[in-house]
Amino acid sequence: MRYRNPLALAATGVALSLLGSAAVPAQTPTPVVASFSILGDMAERIGGPQVDVVTLVGPGGDAHVYQPTPQAAQAVSDAELFIVNGLQFEGWLDRLVDASDFTGQRVVVTDGIEPIAFGEAADAPAGHGDHGHDDHGHDHGHDHGASDPHAWQSVPNAVTYVENITAALVAADPAHADRFEQRAQRYIAELEALDERIRATIESLPADQRTVVTSHDAFQYFADEYGVNFFSPQGVSTESEASAGDVAALIETMRERNVSAVFFENITDTRLLERIADETGARIGGTLYPGALSESDGPAPSYIEMMEHNAETLEQALGADHEESQS
Amino acid sequence: MIIEAVIQPFAEFGFMRRALVGCLAISLGATPVGVFLMLRRMSLTGDAMSHAILPGAAIGYLIAGLSLGAMTLGGLIAGMLVALVSAFISRATAAGEDASLAALYLISLALGVLIVSTRGSNVDLMHVLFGTVLALDDGALVLLCSIASLSVITVAVLFRPLVLECADPQFLRSVSRLSALTHFTFLTLVVLNLVGGFHALGTLMAVGIMILPAAAGRFWVSSPGALVGIAVLIAMLSSMSGLLLSYHYSFPSGPAIILVAGLFYTLSLVIGPFGGVLPQMIPRKHLKA
Repeated sequence: MRYRNPLALAATGVALSLLGSAAVPAQTPTPVVASFSILGDMAERIGGPQVDVVTLVGPGGDAHVYQPTPQAAQAVSDAELFIVNGLQFEGWLDRLVDASDFTGQRVVVTDGIEPIAFGEAADAPAGHGDHGHDDHGHDHGHDHGASDPHAWQSVPNAVTYVENITAALVAADPAHADRFEQRAQRYIAELEALDERIRATIESLPADQRTVVTSHDAFQYFADEYGVNFFSPQGVSTESEASAGDVAALIETMRERNVSAVFFENITDTRLLERIADETGARIGGTLYPGALSESDGPAPSYIEMMEHNAETLEQALGADHEESQS
Repeated sequence: MIIEAVIQPFAEFGFMRRALVGCLAISLGATPVGVFLMLRRMSLTGDAMSHAILPGAAIGYLIAGLSLGAMTLGGLIAGMLVALVSAFISRATAAGEDASLAALYLISLALGVLIVSTRGSNVDLMHVLFGTVLALDDGALVLLCSIASLSVITVAVLFRPLVLECADPQFLRSVSRLSALTHFTFLTLVVLNLVGGFHALGTLMAVGIMILPAAAGRFWVSSPGALVGIAVLIAMLSSMSGLLLSYHYSFPSGPAIILVAGLFYTLSLVIGPFGGVLPQMIPRKHLKA
């Protein structure tokens, strides 16, 4: 999670190449690069002191439009493991790997996850049929034809992430396999408890109060897993500019469904949502974190805290709506 | 039915009305300034100035967050600094104004990118800098309308010296001490309008609504007064059509507006009676000596 001194990194790289990469001595941590903050957090949780994690897109950064720095290329070329999300989340990935002579192992954490195509999540709320999801057609048409990469928004997927990272760490440093697996087991237990908590939180909300708007179309996996409907005025990437037609369609949808909460996320311009909230009479319900952790003093410094924060923020806004509509 | 397609979006949605008011204000304020930029063969100056503003607004954003005041002030300071210093350099040294302006805006742009980059990968900023006409709040609208009013009044008051500056700057300098004042006031207007336009359309698109209608208008009339009138008309029509296209066909609104203005320009280029392509090809009667 911290940005290391490039000289120290280079020194580590030289030391490693001198020693030969096959037999890493026990006291040298495995150099690992994680593409963004959530993966960095997971790698540190599992790797502990046996890994040295460099995170490319740090807290609050937007991995969609990150531009690699020379330090990043240096870190990647020195790394044994490069942990990435995959599903084209890191568009800059191939260029960076080409530029940095990376010779280590690339770990794609979404391996084994069933990707959700853009715009289809809310139509298929898996396994939660008892909570009356009415028709949730996404009224904003985005023809990406690719999959939504924000898979970590569902905790069971995060367990897959942890398993993939653990397997890669074990392969890279078999001497510490026991420790990695122990930590992974503990972490997965925590994740499963988290999953239960989120389910309980969302299920405590009335079924007709589970439609919200965010400024970033990144919660399809959360929608699919926990049965909350998300609408977004802007599509999945911060790169595209919203059109008047999309905004008008969203406002109409919000009026039809009586959506009463709008959420800001931590990495996108909020002015447009303020307008939409104003126009529909919806309330502004705090900040959801879609894809980047907050700084360590913020509300979402780790993956678990981020997911908990999101669920609590949803509960507060939607629960408050419920009381309001009853009174 | 067509009338409904034109009226309904604005009647139903407040954000469309706000976008329209914002764009009309920019058309009214920025386009006359664009006309004089074009007449003085300074069309590209607008582009340079918009780049000069960008870092100032970025610094404002980094200091105070998404604050209208801080970003406006930052942009204004950076823009004025570049405009005044380049004007000063060109009057005090052997360098031409275009060269000094180019040098300064590039320095300003690089400085801004440097400052933004050192603050981490805060890409949000790019979003902020490109503005969106669909997200104009009360503060932004008041700012846009104030700038437009100030701009219209100033152009009206300085109309004669401005036209003279375009036609014969040497003459103006010889008969009036207003020459330097006119020049600097005019540069201030350019910066002011670009800063205002950047809240709605972003820095780069704001130049479009400044220059394109003026460039289109010159194919239709020849007197400066009529040119201002027709350019403002074209700008307003482009704003409205662009917003409607954005509404009905889901195009991003900023580029849609500028592309409609571009369409007006292309059309004028072909059929405009003053120097258009087609009218020039039609043989006219020679004047007999």
